[in-house]
Amino acid sequence: MVTKTPKMTDPKMTDPKITEKPNPALPSGYSGQQLVDLYKGMALIRAFDERQLKLQRSGRIGFCVVSTGEEAVQVGVAAALEKQDWIFPTYRQHGMILQRGVSVTDMANQLYGNANDRCLGRQMPVHYSFKEINYVSLSSVIGTHLSHAVGAAMAAQYKGDDAVMVTFIGDGGTSSNDFHAALTFAGVQKAPVVFYIVNNHYAISHPVEEQCAAESLHLKGVGYGIPSIKIDGNDLLAVHQATQEALNRARAGEGPTLIECDTYRMGPHSSSDDPTRYRDAAEQEAANKACPIGRFEKQLESWGLWDDTQDKALWTELEQTMVDDTNLSENVGEPTWESLFDDVYAEVPPALARQRDEFMARESQFPRENEGEFPL
Amino acid sequence: MATKTLLQGVNDALLQEMTRDDRVLVFGEDVGLNEGVFRATSELQKRFGKQRAFSTPLTETGIIGVAIGMALYGLKPVPEIQFADFMYPAFDQIVSELAKFRYRSGGEYPCPVVVRMPYGGGIRGGLYHSQSPEAYFCHTPGLKVVIPSTPADAKGLLASAIRGDDPVIFMEPKKIYRSVKGEVPDDEVLIPIGPARIAQTGTDVTLFSFGAMIPVCMEAAEKAHEKLGVSVEVVDLRTLYPLDEATIIESVQKTGRAIVVTESPKTCGYGSEIAALIAERALDSLEAPVVRVAGFDTPFPYTLEKLYVPDALRVFLAIQDVVNYQ
Ligand SMILES: Cc1ncc(C[n+]2csc(CCOP(=O)(O)OP(=O)(O)O)c2C)c(N)n1
Repeated sequence: MVTKTPKMTDPKMTDPKITEKPNPALPSGYSGQQLVDLYKGMALIRAFDERQLKLQRSGRIGFCVVSTGEEAVQVGVAAALEKQDWIFPTYRQHGMILQRGVSVTDMANQLYGNANDRCLGRQMPVHYSFKEINYVSLSSVIGTHLSHAVGAAMAAQYKGDDAVMVTFIGDGGTSSNDFHAALTFAGVQKAPVVFYIVNNHYAISHPVEEQCAAESLHLKGVGYGIPSIKIDGNDLLAVHQATQEALNRARAGEGPTLIECDTYRMGPHSSSDDPTRYRDAAEQEAANKACPIGRFEKQLESWGLWDDTQDKALWTELEQTMVDDTNLSENVGEPTWESLFDDVYAEVPPALARQRDEFMARESQFPRENEGEFPL
Repeated sequence: MATKTLLQGVNDALLQEMTRDDRVLVFGEDVGLNEGVFRATSELQKRFGKQRAFSTPLTETGIIGVAIGMALYGLKPVPEIQFADFMYPAFDQIVSELAKFRYRSGGEYPCPVVVRMPYGGGIRGGLYHSQSPEAYFCHTPGLKVVIPSTPADAKGLLASAIRGDDPVIFMEPKKIYRSVKGEVPDDEVLIPIGPARIAQTGTDVTLFSFGAMIPVCMEAAEKAHEKLGVSVEVVDLRTLYPLDEATIIESVQKTGRAIVVTESPKTCGYGSEIAALIAERALDSLEAPVVRVAGFDTPFPYTLEKLYVPDALRVFLAIQDVVNYQ
């Protein structure tokens, strides 16, 4: 279950309980508009995820991963970043792409793997790459990107740049090889990197209690000499403030920070997963109550910034936008067949060029419209 | 006898061997309560309890490493790697440790671990849920490498692997986990590791393949018969290492034409080994060059998967080429 009491190891860090009790006065450091925008950011992600699932369930895209329940982590971090900061994500931080201004249609192109997908339909849905917003291409292999973030941070440090790398890992992923490699390097090198453990309590079916015997996952960072805290990851402002502090530390040359965000995976692991096999309805129900969006909406209301009518209008509008914008990706068609052979190397090597040319000369004459049908 | 899927064949073998021998333990990511993401470990935790069938933390190197330790201490671990694509974090344990323990200890420490992993394309899995890394394992002395293509073989080969004294990489063609059905004996089945299976006899061309490419080869053989009047032999290798060389050479001596069909990239793929073997041992029998039909030398694509994985058309065209070779 979502732990409400954060465990702190660094008292300098923001008290994440700051927003636990709705406060009639606005939280300090935020304008009303900012707070509303943060809320809209979370709503945008939720609406996108709902659309993804619908597209998948109706067979229009092959697969999807939703981040339902983890919106506060994504928006809280994204809002604190500067443009030059890079994101090394897992498959469950796609909401940050929206926060950085990429269009829903561009994202949907990736989900469809169509000709407009800038990665030419090469990766499964949700494995995005958007260089212009410093959202680095990811593999499906859990954990491997963490050391990349550290290396990029070391490079920024070496070049004297002001950029900080932020990188994410699930509770399950803290058991992966590269989690340890990355923390080892980051600690020793004082690299400007922020690690987020997004503890949503499950690695597919495996509960966090059986993932690691430590009292709390953030303690793993402590073991590597990295200032580490656990915060309530469903508390948007706590995430935002903890991130700001960590970024400040990194920019000041004080090295890495690890932030464990305690949250809950409200949806299935992916569109292939059936959570009813391994967790009961009561647990899920309780988690739904801790949903970061519902919670922040109540706070906005208590601050006098938002009401029911506005809320309904927002969701209606978002739903329509999602339909319109993802529909634009639907009839685009697939990438060219030759494109299959590009980008393996800077230049296509002779053996591969021969494979391509033979394929294009002969086999490509036969349509493969219906999979499994013999075209001759 | 009952008609079962290949997946049920795998599950049958695990049930059979766990019942027979309480040294057999099954574990891996999500294999316990969730019964595996493909449900290959159905019923195991229910029947044998959490001590013998359990989900593990997310660390492949840990999964294989502890399996090795268990084997050293006398157990028969059967770990699962959720997708073959995720065995790379455990590659060090497999290649440096599992494969070499017996040799480096002068036979004192055999390591009979059976590593199961679903492999290959066919589920729209893109780069990291589709790969066929069999060649890496075959290139590692000390490992046996087994890939079934029928439900009965899945049951019989896996049971033999578990009873053996050597490490076995048991790769399961996930594309045909449910689509291929066949008779599976209810009783104990043991199919020896080693011998190939002649899936269909023929006289003009031999197709050598394994796993999910067997149904593709069968379809191409049928089309070649229908459209070209060519008689095709299909050899299901089943065990990639140690290889049934005698069956391969005999078949080539009979047909004079050989095509190897694999879904992994062509260069240094398993087809290269078969082609080399035939060149060394049966050159005089050849009436056409040996042809490799394989995946391209690219990562495994998502949208264009249908072009990447050899299909019956590509195999058919290769058959046409070798029979027309002058
Ligand atoms: C190295 C590796 N092993 C296994 C998998 C299969 N897999 C995909 S997601 C997942 C669970 C990840 O859980 P967690 O790290 O907690 O992140 P979450 O999905 O909960 O966000 C597993 C086992 C993988 N992708 N990579």
